[in-house]
Amino acid sequence: MVVVVIGIIRAHNLFAVVILGGAYSFLLATVMVVLDAVDVAMTEAAVGAGMSTVLLLAVLHLTRTREAPLRHAPAIPLLVCLLTGGALVYGTLDLPPFGRADNPQNQHVAPYYLENAEKETKSPNVVTAVLASYRGYDTLGEVTVIFTAGIGVLILLSRRRRRDMIVKDEGRSKDVA
Amino acid sequence: MLRDTVILRVVVKLLLPAILIFALYVQFHGDYGPGGGFQAGVAAAAAIILYGMVFGIDEAQKVVPRPIVNTMIPLGVLIFAGTGVASLLLGENYLDYSPLGSKPVKGQHLGILIVEAGVFITVASTMLAIFYVFGGRADEADEKEGEG
Repeated sequence: MVVVVIGIIRAHNLFAVVILGGAYSFLLATVMVVLDAVDVAMTEAAVGAGMSTVLLLAVLHLTRTREAPLRHAPAIPLLVCLLTGGALVYGTLDLPPFGRADNPQNQHVAPYYLENAEKETKSPNVVTAVLASYRGYDTLGEVTVIFTAGIGVLILLSRRRRRDMIVKDEGRSKDVA
Repeated sequence: MLRDTVILRVVVKLLLPAILIFALYVQFHGDYGPGGGFQAGVAAAAAIILYGMVFGIDEAQKVVPRPIVNTMIPLGVLIFAGTGVASLLLGENYLDYSPLGSKPVKGQHLGILIVEAGVFITVASTMLAIFYVFGGRADEADEKEGEG
């Protein structure tokens, strides 16, 4: 993954960057499989590697495939990135050790889900039970987010086209006049 | 356009049913194995997108027309939210599926199934809609290049 990231930074051909981004997503998906989160791995492989790559390629088709030369020094963005990254790493220092049974998140509702999910929802997959039943509100929110994103993209991109058509029509009517 | 590559066309035609079946498997097997509406939705959309990339967006829109996609986006959310309203009307909390079946467990099972279907519809159609919009613009750019 580190090699892929260095490749992304060094590459100036945006086509290569998009493909490397897809490769990074696939690697991340394998990491999720190793962590026993197959659901997340499937989502990462499908959305991250599949959909995003396709959409980025569609965008590349509309723009140029070479990176534009930098107009300003990269010092300030680099500083912001380093500060944010540093803050995030500092935040992880306080987290409890990974995967211990007496961690706070394993003490609260997780044992209840694990013990009762199959009995109460007849669904052997606890993830599905939690997603759809115990946390239905959350999932409804997520679906609404996707809905909103889709509507937003549709409105933004179809409006531009309509304006193009109006401009074309105006040109035509002038010609007629 | 990739339409002229014979190998790609044949492979896509062979793969399409497999991908769609896999999407349905992920959808309806979600209770038992990994998966659910989100993953299945993306997989199903990916099948249509693959078709659209190889055979052209117009052909894909013959299979799944744009108006249908656009109505499916809110339809999925409506199904999800409507399930909650249905359980409200049956005298339980919002999105508590227990009263939907004869026994609470059956109700939960049915509720999860319906809600996942709603998720599937919204996710698949949103992905497709975004692809149609982007791809449509790419086609327009091609036409402009052709004119100029």
